[in-house]
Amino acid sequence: MKRLVLAVFVLVALFAAASFAQNLTIGFTASNTGAMNVDSVEQYRGFELWRDQVNAAGGIKAGANKYKVQFVSYDDESKTQRVQQLYSRLILQDKADFLFSPYSSSLTATAAIVTEQYEKIMLTTGAAEGKTYTLGNHYLFQMFTPGAEYLKGVLDMLKTKDPKAANAFVYEDSSFSVAVVNPAKAYAQQLGFSVAFSEAYAPNTTDFSAIIDKVIASKSTVLMGGGHYADGSTLAKQVYEHKVPLKMITLLVAPDSDKWIELGDAAVGVLVPSQWEPQSAFKAQYGPSGADFAEAYTAKYNAPPSYESAGGYASGLILQRAIEQAGSTDTAKVAAALNATDITTFYGRTKFSTAANDHGLQVGHAMVLAQWQKDKSGKLVKQVVWPLAAKSANLVYPIH
Amino acid sequence: MSGILASMIDGLLIGSVYGLAAMGLSLIWGVMDVINLTHGAVIALGMFGMFILFTAFAVNAYILLLPVIAAGLLLGLVIYWFAVHWVIGRSQLSSLLSTFAVNMMIIGIGTAIWSTSPYNVNFTLRGFTVGAYTFDGNHLAAAAAAVIIGLALELFLYRTRPGKAIRAVADNREAAELMGISSTMVLALAFAIGIALAAASGALISTLFPFTILSGAGYQMKSFVVTVLAGLGKPLGALVAGILLGLLEGAVTPFIAVSWIPLIEFGLFVVVLVVFPKGIFTRATA
Repeated sequence: MKRLVLAVFVLVALFAAASFAQNLTIGFTASNTGAMNVDSVEQYRGFELWRDQVNAAGGIKAGANKYKVQFVSYDDESKTQRVQQLYSRLILQDKADFLFSPYSSSLTATAAIVTEQYEKIMLTTGAAEGKTYTLGNHYLFQMFTPGAEYLKGVLDMLKTKDPKAANAFVYEDSSFSVAVVNPAKAYAQQLGFSVAFSEAYAPNTTDFSAIIDKVIASKSTVLMGGGHYADGSTLAKQVYEHKVPLKMITLLVAPDSDKWIELGDAAVGVLVPSQWEPQSAFKAQYGPSGADFAEAYTAKYNAPPSYESAGGYASGLILQRAIEQAGSTDTAKVAAALNATDITTFYGRTKFSTAANDHGLQVGHAMVLAQWQKDKSGKLVKQVVWPLAAKSANLVYPIH
Repeated sequence: MSGILASMIDGLLIGSVYGLAAMGLSLIWGVMDVINLTHGAVIALGMFGMFILFTAFAVNAYILLLPVIAAGLLLGLVIYWFAVHWVIGRSQLSSLLSTFAVNMMIIGIGTAIWSTSPYNVNFTLRGFTVGAYTFDGNHLAAAAAAVIIGLALELFLYRTRPGKAIRAVADNREAAELMGISSTMVLALAFAIGIALAAASGALISTLFPFTILSGAGYQMKSFVVTVLAGLGKPLGALVAGILLGLLEGAVTPFIAVSWIPLIEFGLFVVVLVVFPKGIFTRATA
C-alpha cells in the first residue's frame, strides 16, 4: 500500500512538474494608476490579446515543446521607484522567463537597469527614447521607432505646406519628450524654419495659461510638443479655450488614444506622430493582418486599437517568433534570434540594431502621421495624412 | 494687449483661488495653533465632491459649491473630533502628526476609490477676448467665487457672534472662556470652516484643471507660502496674499521658464519668514 501511495505521489509530482514546465512566464508592470494610466492600459490590452490568441492556438512552439503563456503583472503607479522594486521581484520571486517593458521611456529606462543586471531579455514598447540603447545593453530590444524620428515627418510635411511657419515647441520635461523635441528643433532649423518659442513644462502641469500667453506673444503659427495623455489633452484643451491662432498643432502620444474624442472641438485638427494606425496596410509575413488584429481587438475591448495596443501585441509576436526560431526558451538563443530578426508584421518592419554602440535600438520600423478630422457626418475620425504613399485623407491645414 | 498684461490677468485670476485655498489653512493655524496637514487632501476631496455632484446633476458647477461647502463643514467636524480635539494644547508636533495621519488615510481611501488617474469636470463658461488673448469664463467665475467666499468669511468673523467668538478664542482662549464662550465648540467650528474653505477651493480648481486624488499637495504647498506671506490667522490677508502671489507668477513668467516658478515662490517664502515673520501685512514691532 505504501508503495502504491508513493508511486501515485511521484506520478502526480512528475505530472505537475511537466505541466509547470510547459508554462512560459512573461513579467511586466502596467500603470493601472497614475499619469501613464490611459496609454499603459492600451499597451496592456495589446499584450493580453496576443497572449489569449497564442494560448487559444495551443501556445508557442519551441523545438519539441509547446509553451502556454502566462503573465505576472503589477501596478507600477506610473512611478520609477515602483518599477525598480517590481522588476526585481518579477525576476527573483516570480521567476519570469522574459519581460515586457512598462509604458513610457522613463519607466522603461529604470526597468532596463534591473533586467540587464540579471541578464533577462526585455522587449520594450511604449518607450521611444533612444539613449537607453547606447549604454551597452545586451538583452534590451526596442519595438518603437526611436524618439529622434517622431517629428521629422511633421516637419517634412510642413516644409511642403508652409515653409515660412514659425514653430513653437511646448513639451513635457520628460526623457521621452526631450529625446523627441531636441532633434526636432535641430531638424526644423536645418529645414530653414524659425523656432519662435521653446519651453519645457513639468510632467504634472495642469495650468498652461502662462505658457500659452508666451506662445501667443511669440507669434508662433504652429505648435509641436506635449508628452503623454494627461498633459497633452490638457494642453490641447487650454490652447482651444484660449483661441490661440495656430495653423497646426502636433502633440505626442495623447491624440493617438481613442479617449481623445472626449475633448470635442478641441480635438479637431490635432496631429499625432503614430507608430501604427489601423489604416497602415503592411503585408504581414508573420502573425495576423492589420485588419484581423484591429477586428479582434475591437471585438474584445469594444474600442479601436491605438498604436500602444499594436506595439504591445507586436512585442508578443516578435518574442514568439524569436522563441520559435531559437527552438528554445534559453535566453542566449532567443537573444540571438532577436538579433537576427528582420520581419514585417501587421505593425510594420521590425529590425534591431546589433551594433555595439546602440544594440537593441529599433532600426526597421517607420512612423506615420495621423490627424483628427471630422468626416461627412461630423464624426471625429483619425486619418493618416503622411507619408503621402500611406495617406487615407488630405491634411487639413490651417486647422482654423 | 501686451503679453505681460495678459499673463498678469491670468495670474490674478488663479491667485484668488490660491488665496481661498490658503484662507482655510490660515484660519485653523491662527485660531488653533494647528498646522493642518489634511489641507491638501481636503482640497482634493473638494475636487472629487464637485466631480461627483456635477456628474450626478449636470447643473451650473458654481451652484454646486454650496453642497460642497456644506459637506466640507461636516467633514471638518468629523476630522476635528476624530484627530484634532485630543491633541489641542499639546506640542505642535502632535497635531502635525495627527493631521498628517488623517491626510494619509484620505489619500489612501481616495486612491482605492478613484485611483490616481486624472478626472475632469466638463463644464465651460464663455469667456471674453481682447486682441489675441482670450480669458475663459471658468477662470473668471472661479476668481469671483473665491473673492465672494473670502469676503463672506470676513463678514462672518467680524459681524456675527460665532465669528466674534472665534476671534476671541484666537486672541485669548482663557479670557474667552471666562466670558462664557465654549472654546471647544468654537475650535470645532473654526476647524470645520477651515476645512470647508479648502474643499470649496478644491471644487473651484476642479472647474479649471484636470485633477487626481494627489492634486491637493501642490496647492497645499502654495497655501503655506500664501499663509506665511499674509501672517497667521488673517484669512482676508491670505486672500490678498494669494492674489499677490498669482500676480507675481503672472509678472515673471513672460521672462523666465515656468519651471523656475517654484524656486521663486519658495525663495520668497524664506525671505518673508526671515524679514517679515508676522507676514507682510503686519508692521514689525520692536
